[in-house]
Amino acid sequence: MDTIVQENGKATLPRLNQPAPLFEAETTHGTLRLEDFQGSWVILFSHPADFTPVCTTEFIAFTELAPELKKRGVELCGLSIDSTYSHIAWVRNIEKNFGVRVPFPIIADLNKEVASLYGMVMPGESKTETSRCVFVIDPKGILRAMIYYPLTTGRNTQEILRLIDALQATDKHGIATPANWKPGEKIIIPPPRTTEAAEERMKAGYETADWYFSKRAI
Amino acid sequence: MPCVNANGEITEMAKRILLAMVESSSLDKVAEQTGTPLYRIRMAARELVEAGFAEQQAQSFVTTEAGLAALSKGATTSGSLGNGG
Repeated sequence: MDTIVQENGKATLPRLNQPAPLFEAETTHGTLRLEDFQGSWVILFSHPADFTPVCTTEFIAFTELAPELKKRGVELCGLSIDSTYSHIAWVRNIEKNFGVRVPFPIIADLNKEVASLYGMVMPGESKTETSRCVFVIDPKGILRAMIYYPLTTGRNTQEILRLIDALQATDKHGIATPANWKPGEKIIIPPPRTTEAAEERMKAGYETADWYFSKRAI
Repeated sequence: MPCVNANGEITEMAKRILLAMVESSSLDKVAEQTGTPLYRIRMAARELVEAGFAEQQAQSFVTTEAGLAALSKGATTSGSLGNGG
């Protein structure tokens, strides 16, 4: 896998459907390499800073989501520009004050190495903190989705779970998912690419509004 | 997951992993046997190799003599002790 996307010799931000930038980083669980997650889906997410209220609500929410993610073969990994000691103190504080034990590793990215690789710092918001970024990486190390939230707005973890379900359904069935799709609902059949296929699609027996718009159950 | 604590003793988690490696050299099986996520086993295996308690042979990992000795009496080698800050 490439360590960073290159265009004309210049480093650029990660792009969808390209290898996620590789890294080795210190975490609350020890030294972690991205390759350690090979074979699992990964949600790599950044938060602005330890011991801040919105981030605390997010860590509680991600921890609550962890069992559902585990069922789907997804690992979580947090990151901020804080030290391992700060991370350890914060997760202990969360457990003490909220009764929630954070189960996933948190990268201590004091030198902003991983944050820079993934473009997690938005200078317009803050030059010293990472924004609320989410990177979904598949079992082959390919970056499959990115979400960016501003410092002020806590993430919706149910949407992240929905995104995982949609990506996994896409991989399993070779389909696309409509707006607000949830497991159990009908999916979109990719539109035909030839006139002949378009004619066949109209007779195929799917729930079809027109040749390019067909749905079916999975 | 430093595999050796500040007292030079092998940690409980490292001990469980080393014991599982005695039974099976596949990290997938070690993960299954210890009920630990595979990524954590890979992290630990790297540390155990660096500390001399395990050895990588192609895709397999085996517990070394030093690893077996550490299991029986706690570690005394120069494992991942950290810098003490």
